[in-house]
Amino acid sequence: MASHAIEVKNLYKIFGPRGRDYVDQVKAGLGKTELNEKHGHVLGLQDINISMPAGGVMVVMGLSGSGKSTLIRHINRLIDPTAGEVLYDGVDVCKMNENDLREFRRHKTAMVFQKFALLPHRTIIENTVYGLEIQGVPMDESRKRAQGWIERVGLKGFENHYPNQLSGGMQQRVGLARALTNDADILLMDEAYSALDPLIRVDMQTVLLDLQKELKKTVVFITHDLDEALRLGDKIAILRDGKVIQQGTGQDIVLKPADEYITAFVKEVNRGRVINVETIMKPLSGNPEGVPVTIGTVLESAARMMTLADQTIAHVVDANGRPVGSLDLRTLISAMVTPISHEPNRAAA
Amino acid sequence: MAICSYLPDLLCKFPAIDDTTIRMARKSVDDGFKALVREYVNIIDALVQPLQWFLNYLEKLFVSSPWIIMLAVMVAIVYYGSRDLRITIGTILSMFLIGLVGLWNDTMVTLAMVTVCTFIAIIVGLPIGILMARSERAQSIINPILDVMQTMPSFVYLIPVVMIFGIGKVPGLIAVVIYAVPPMIRLTNLGIRLVDKEVLEAADAFGSSPWQRLKNVQMPLALPTIMAGINQTIMMSLAMVVVASMVGVGGLGRNVLQAINNQFFTVGFFNGFALVAIAIIFDRTSQAYGKRLQKHSEVIHG
Repeated sequence: MASHAIEVKNLYKIFGPRGRDYVDQVKAGLGKTELNEKHGHVLGLQDINISMPAGGVMVVMGLSGSGKSTLIRHINRLIDPTAGEVLYDGVDVCKMNENDLREFRRHKTAMVFQKFALLPHRTIIENTVYGLEIQGVPMDESRKRAQGWIERVGLKGFENHYPNQLSGGMQQRVGLARALTNDADILLMDEAYSALDPLIRVDMQTVLLDLQKELKKTVVFITHDLDEALRLGDKIAILRDGKVIQQGTGQDIVLKPADEYITAFVKEVNRGRVINVETIMKPLSGNPEGVPVTIGTVLESAARMMTLADQTIAHVVDANGRPVGSLDLRTLISAMVTPISHEPNRAAA
Repeated sequence: MAICSYLPDLLCKFPAIDDTTIRMARKSVDDGFKALVREYVNIIDALVQPLQWFLNYLEKLFVSSPWIIMLAVMVAIVYYGSRDLRITIGTILSMFLIGLVGLWNDTMVTLAMVTVCTFIAIIVGLPIGILMARSERAQSIINPILDVMQTMPSFVYLIPVVMIFGIGKVPGLIAVVIYAVPPMIRLTNLGIRLVDKEVLEAADAFGSSPWQRLKNVQMPLALPTIMAGINQTIMMSLAMVVVASMVGVGGLGRNVLQAINNQFFTVGFFNGFALVAIAIIFDRTSQAYGKRLQKHSEVIHG
């Protein structure tokens, strides 16, 4: 199944009984606070335009109240938009009738929830087959398929346990297995890992990245954690007060933050894990020297390779092993450390 | 009163509609109602006939079966419902005592009555409760009706019930159901409304139809609350069978009524305690059963 991209176009959401009446005013520049004070309506999303890459991980990042959970619920239309389009494979999800929407949800999307949202009265295997059961797939087959995913997420042996008997991290594995069993093209993950302990969260991120390598689904991942966003996202959109304030790759965001707000965010980021070697390499002068490093390697790994090889110089090679640039340890380290402007703050603290 | 001499008459004595008008109005309402009932008496009888059959059949079955079989069946149900030896032994003991004081047959009649009432209350109450949970408007209409059903003295609605259905078991049954069904409806409604929104959202996200949502998520998650509703319904039917004996329901209730009329202190208490015993058996069994259904929620991961 070839993945398709999701296009969100001019999406507006205004919460309240007469939201539609205020769309034009909002388009004309009515602000969130004003709308709330004067008309008692809440501006959830305004003018969202995002094209989510097919077969890639799109991360939508923002703090609570930024509208990120509202946005993801527009993709399978758990929330109806006030204005705008959500296009999948050329079809506007927002214009589907009830039946088409149900079919779309059954076969094209699967969702993972922040609080797991498992059925407490069903065992793990019964939870995992839920999507297939709804589709009307015969029990034997759905169980077989579910079993496979349960094993993939590392829950073999827990099939007949109830969700309450598992830890949070394990419950979310069930949530992930349930979504994957659906075999849908779009995987929606609404703060799926936010409720987990940091270590388990990293572990689950690895699970997702490993699976994604072979599955190539169109994943929409919501998070409030920039590190998580940078680790997972092929593309990242940052939301604030219902508006997209920057979108691009992790490198774009770390190296060229669009405003103060994002700058403040990226200060704390471990740049060594975000920036790739080709971003800071110098043109090749003379013969390639030192350790060969492939394009797409992050600085931290490059530094590790150089340290292990006991070298201060490296050269960057493309996928075919052809040298394209050079690198030395000094540039590498200066690109990895946080900008100087931040240091006095830390010293004072 | 002294204060009245300073006030105009209208403000002192409440301006009631005069007696003749009220009498006229009352008479026309009563007559109209009677005429209406007379008009449709055949249809009404035909409609409640199945209830009559059901009730008679069950009563005959309960009364005519040898006591040892009835006791065995009861013990089996109680044990498989509760899986609790204490409740089972309590049941055997109390049923023995009831039999010893000569109330076995009356108890069986009451048991049949309560079984049918509970059954009907569930059949009627569950869909209404579901409807209430699904629609705000239905809730705003049904809630005041339930308030009336619960607070109106049961003797009062016995009057129209008797006018419509006459004296007998079926009117008694209907009176009991009216009295006992509100908790079933309310708790079904409440149970469904309390279902976790996230889980419902998940069901929607996977493309559940409204029926799949109800069957897979709402009903199972509301079950503990619904079980509490059924429990309440049983308790209230047991309380109401005494009142229903006034319109011709037999069993323990009739004995109580006779005891009141004749000041038979001991008879009254024997029958009263027999009712209490059945009530406790029903209550403990259904609660233990409800708890057992919820086994999955007990083992909480630390």
